[in-house]
Amino acid sequence: MSSNLVNGLFVFMLAAFIGFEVIRRVSPLLHTPLMSLTNALDAIAVVGAIVLVGRHESRLSYALGMLAVIAATSNIVGGFLITDRMLKMFKTSRPTKP
Amino acid sequence: MNILPGTQPVIEITYLIASVLFILSLKWMSSPSTARRGVWAGEAGMLLAIGGTLLQHGIVDYRGIAIALVLGTVIGIPLGLVQMTAVPQRTALSHAFGAFCVTLVGTAEFYLRSPQVPRFTMTVLSIEVILGSLTFTGSLMAAGKLQEILPQRPITYKGQNLVNLFLLAIAVAGAGYLVLHPGMKPLFPVIVGISFLLGILMIIPIGGADMPTVISLLNSYAGLSAAAMGFVVDSKLLIVAGALDGSSGFILSVIMSKAMNRSFANVLFGAFGQVQSAAAVAGESKTARSATAEEAAAILAAANKVVIVPGYGMAVAQAQHKVRELYDSLSKRGVDVRFAIHPVAGRMPGHMNVLLAEADIPYDRLVEMDDINGDFPQTDVALVIGANDVTNPAARTDSSSPIFGMPILDVDKARTVMVIKRSMSPGFAGIDNPLYYLDKTLMLFGDAKSFVNDIVRELAGGGSH
Repeated sequence: MSSNLVNGLFVFMLAAFIGFEVIRRVSPLLHTPLMSLTNALDAIAVVGAIVLVGRHESRLSYALGMLAVIAATSNIVGGFLITDRMLKMFKTSRPTKP
Repeated sequence: MNILPGTQPVIEITYLIASVLFILSLKWMSSPSTARRGVWAGEAGMLLAIGGTLLQHGIVDYRGIAIALVLGTVIGIPLGLVQMTAVPQRTALSHAFGAFCVTLVGTAEFYLRSPQVPRFTMTVLSIEVILGSLTFTGSLMAAGKLQEILPQRPITYKGQNLVNLFLLAIAVAGAGYLVLHPGMKPLFPVIVGISFLLGILMIIPIGGADMPTVISLLNSYAGLSAAAMGFVVDSKLLIVAGALDGSSGFILSVIMSKAMNRSFANVLFGAFGQVQSAAAVAGESKTARSATAEEAAAILAAANKVVIVPGYGMAVAQAQHKVRELYDSLSKRGVDVRFAIHPVAGRMPGHMNVLLAEADIPYDRLVEMDDINGDFPQTDVALVIGANDVTNPAARTDSSSPIFGMPILDVDKARTVMVIKRSMSPGFAGIDNPLYYLDKTLMLFGDAKSFVNDIVRELAGGGSH
C-alpha cells in the first residue's frame, strides 16, 4: 500500500467521524433538506469527471466523462436550488408573525 | 505528475478550503436559523473546487467541459424546481445521478489503466463500481415507485434474499478476480451488469411505507461509492464529501429503521417489504362513532390544546394548505395548536416538515414524537389526518400485531380523538387500528382536503350555534 492510500484511509476515517458528530445534531425538522444538501455536496465527484473530459485520453473516457459531468452538475445545481427553496419555507412564529 | 510550478499547491488549497466549507455547511444545517448559510457555504466550496480543478495540469479540452457543465445545469434547474410533494422521487433520482456519475468515472478509469492497475486501486475501484451501479438502478426503481410509474406493491418471492446474496457474491468474486488479474477487461461489464440487476432486485420487494428507510440507505451507498472513487482518483476532497454523505445516509437509515422497529441488519439485507400475513383477528363486531364537520368544529372550538397528527394521506389529498387555514382559525380563537411528527411520516425523512413549512406553518409548532408524546394526556383533541399505523395503539399493547414494538404517537391518550379518513379500510400495512373503536374516538369520514375545509367553514360561520 502506498502512503497515498494510507493517507486516504485516515482522511476517510476522520471525515466519517466528523460526519457522524455533525449530522447527529441536525434537527429532524431538516432531514429532507439535509439529504438534498449532502446529495449536492456528494456531486463533488464532478472534479474527477472534469479531469477525464479535460484530458481527453481516449474516446471512451471522454464520452463517459461527459455523461458523468452532466449527471453530477445537474445534481449540484438542482440539489442546492431545492435545498435553498425548502429552507426558505421554514419560518418561526416567534419574532414577528407574518 | 509534473505540474506547472506553483499551480499544484494552489489547487490543493482550494480543495482543502472546499472540505472545510462542506463540513461547515453540514454543521450549519443543525438549526433552521443558520441552515441557509449552510447552503451558501456548500455552493462556495463547490465553486472553489471546480475552479481549482480547471487549473489542473493536462486539461486541454475546456470546450467539452463547458458544454457538459451547461447541459448539466440545464437539466439540474427543473430538478431543483419540482413540487414539494415530489421531493422524495427527486431525491431518489439525484441519488441515481450521483451513483451514475461515479460508475461512469470508475469505468473510464478502469479502461484507461487496465492492465496496470495496482491491487488496492482495483479493490476500491470495484467497490466504487459495484456500489455505484446497484445504487443507480436501485434509486431509479425507488424513484419510479415514488412517482407511481412502477407498481408500488412489494413484489416478493421465495428465496429472494438468497438470490440477491448470490448475485452479490458473484459480483464480489468477479471483482476479486480482477484485483488479481486486472487485464481481464471482458469481466468488467459483467460485474457492472450484475450490480445493475442487483439494484433492481433489491428494490422490488419494497413498498411505499418503507421508502424513508430505503432512500436513506441509497443515500448512504451513493456517498460510500463516491468516497471509493476518491481513493481511485486520489482526491481527498472526494473522500471527505463521500464520507460525510455516507455517514449522513447511515444515520438517517438508523433513525428510520428504529422508527419502524426494524433492526438495522433487517434493513441492510433488504428484507423491508416482507408481506405481513396479519393475524386476522376476527373480532367481535366493533363499532366506531362518526361525526359531522359541524360537530367536529364545535369540539375543536371548545378545546384549549389541539394536536394535529398529519400523515402521508394528508399530502396525497393535498390538504396541507387547508390544514394551515384550520391552524390559523383555531389559533385566532386562542386554541394552542401543535403538530405531532412521526419520524417516518411521509415518503422520506423529514418529508412532513417540509410539506407543512411550505403551507406556512411555523416550524416551532412542529413537534417530534418523543417531545410530544408526554403531552397527549393534557391534550383536549388529537386530530389525525391521513395517518394510520403510526397512531395504532396495538403497537404498544398487542404482541401479536405485526407492528408490535414500533414507536407510535400516543394519540389514544388524548381526551378526544378525531380521525379524518375515507373509510374504515385498514392502512397501508393492512393492519386494523383499534384506535378507531375507542369510546373517545370520532371518525370523520371524507376526503381530507374537503373535510378540513368544511371544518374551517363551520368555525368561520359563527361558531356560536
